[in-house]
Amino acid sequence: MLDARATPTPLVQVRDLKMHFPIYSGIFRRHTGDVKAVDGVSFDIMPGETLGLVGESGCGKSTVGRTLLRLYDPTAGSVTIDGTDIATLSPEALRLKRPTMQMVFQDPQASLNPRMTLAEIIGEPLREHTTGDAATQLERVYELMNAVGLNRRFARRFPHEFSGGQRQRIGIARALALNPKFIVCDEPIAALDVSIQAQVVNLLEDLQDNLGLTYLFISHDLSMVRHIADRVAVMYLGLIVELSPRDALYANPLHPYAKALLSAVPEADPAREATRRRIILKGDVPSPANPPKGCTFCTRCPQVFDRCRTERPALIEAEPGRKVACHLFTTPTAGSTGSVEVTEPNQQGVSK
Amino acid sequence: MGNTAHPPPKSLTIRAEAPPRMLTFVIRRLLFAIPTLLLISLVIFLIVDLAPGSPMSQIPLTIPPDVRVKMLDAMGANDPLFVRYFLWLKQFFIIEPAYMIDSWFGTDLAQGAPRILSWKSRSPVFDVIGQRLPQTMTVIGTAYLLAIVIAVPIGVYSAYRQYSWFDQVGTFVALVGYSVPTFFTGLLVIVIFSINLQWFPSVYDTTLDVTDWASFWKQVRQMVMPVAVLALFNAAEISRFTRASMLENLGQDYVRTARAKGMSERVVVLKHVLRNSLIPVVTVIALGIPTIFGGAIITETVFSINGIGAYVIDSIKSSDLPALQTLTFIFAVLIVVFNLIADVLYGILDPRIRYD
Repeated sequence: MLDARATPTPLVQVRDLKMHFPIYSGIFRRHTGDVKAVDGVSFDIMPGETLGLVGESGCGKSTVGRTLLRLYDPTAGSVTIDGTDIATLSPEALRLKRPTMQMVFQDPQASLNPRMTLAEIIGEPLREHTTGDAATQLERVYELMNAVGLNRRFARRFPHEFSGGQRQRIGIARALALNPKFIVCDEPIAALDVSIQAQVVNLLEDLQDNLGLTYLFISHDLSMVRHIADRVAVMYLGLIVELSPRDALYANPLHPYAKALLSAVPEADPAREATRRRIILKGDVPSPANPPKGCTFCTRCPQVFDRCRTERPALIEAEPGRKVACHLFTTPTAGSTGSVEVTEPNQQGVSK
Repeated sequence: MGNTAHPPPKSLTIRAEAPPRMLTFVIRRLLFAIPTLLLISLVIFLIVDLAPGSPMSQIPLTIPPDVRVKMLDAMGANDPLFVRYFLWLKQFFIIEPAYMIDSWFGTDLAQGAPRILSWKSRSPVFDVIGQRLPQTMTVIGTAYLLAIVIAVPIGVYSAYRQYSWFDQVGTFVALVGYSVPTFFTGLLVIVIFSINLQWFPSVYDTTLDVTDWASFWKQVRQMVMPVAVLALFNAAEISRFTRASMLENLGQDYVRTARAKGMSERVVVLKHVLRNSLIPVVTVIALGIPTIFGGAIITETVFSINGIGAYVIDSIKSSDLPALQTLTFIFAVLIVVFNLIADVLYGILDPRIRYD
């Protein structure tokens, strides 16, 4: 898969994407501010690649995914998927573009229409976007159900008659129906049992190998992202703070927030788990309606210095193939690193 | 588990088979309805009987007291309460259905048994209802249908364009329609359109026979005002319900899924959202249907329509207990029946509902 990265043109190009949700308040519901859910995000995804997108709750991961497919109208920026700028398409052109880009949703129960049978859910996009007759479409529905491991006898059942894992398979089959090139997986395993999570992730990987799919895999499950992603973007408060190849990131995170985030991942090896040091961040995430003036992480960063509070760092290439948005890497004369980290020895069997 | 036992369906559009438990559910509910209705009939009977007033109150004062007593005896009004109650039960559940069957099939099941007679007119209550029902059905039924036809699209569009000027105006009109009583709007339209503008007649002519275009036009003209007044009131309620239900569903995840599938907005709104939103709306509409039969008592009085509602008022005024008892009980039966219909509709529309 590393060879695929040599291909020059990325399938997805995101440039300075912003998604602000207006806040209306007062008696006359005047526009008094914006929740800056996504505040200038840029990245590329190569064909056949899986980009993991991680971050804590409310950092804007899901908003990036939805804005990418223009389920929200972006405030600014461009999203080029397969050569077309999604952000500026007319509604009808966008609708006709939808088959190339699909989404697997987080909540498999709520994202399926409760009054439609499985065959109707999977078959509906076929009727809308393909020209085949009913028999061909039905054959395609069965084919998709086979691909995701659903018995074709289930075709006439309603979503509520399935288990959570089966529902997510329906969601995946639905997303695959139109042979998309790019799929946004928006926390596809968050609502599932651990045993089912592995099944669904393996299914996604198999489908990627067989169909040459490109994924944006949004998750807060860092070990699952490590399993599936080729590169990982770490988000904090509407911005990407680090974008690195998976192995490099997990071995040596550059950004202080990425360090703190990854320090929370338990190690399977007890010997290494015993020496794992968690970096405990103090304070809360600032409100995305009123982010800090400089670096968004400056209020909680263990390595903060004056420049961080006044100037926002750009996402720059710190090492070959690794991008980071931190002043520690913009100036050669940065302050000493790692001296003021708050650490806590992790004791096996003691839960905090 | 083999596919041979259950061959996969051949078509995409086949729905899931109707739940077999539905029939059991309906039968069980109907059986439960019997004691409920018996209790209701007793309560109604007692309340109506305890109400002050005498059926003789409208008889001229020149009639001597002993004649009055004889008249009351002849009507059976002086019999003990429970004699009258059980006689009424027998007449309502056995004799009147027998007469009904006789009139349909030409049989002779009733064999001249005494029917429920109005104390005021001395004619069978069911005959009077039969004469008055068409008036009520025409006016109130039309108003209800019109209300549904107007209210559902307004509710859908209001929700789709929430807080737009259309929605704001719709909200205002619905609030006015719902909060201003029909006796006020009724009199208001009579003053404006009958008296000042003289467009429509203020009194509804019950004897009008629709035989040609001229009489049809006359019928339409006399229906306009009562229908409009009632439709405004009903539409206000239904449109609010539709809007609330649409708003709830528009925010659901499956709507985003439908958009992500690349369905057109029309399909997203009308097929995905509306079909799910109509579930509670249909229930509200079904529960409102008994009021059509009941007649809008106030509206019928304001516009002098000789329907069921006016009959109820008449019977109350003249202490016509058999008529009042029978009418009230029919409403109770209708409410129980339409509650059951609403529950069954819910199960048909929402596959998640199970009848266990």
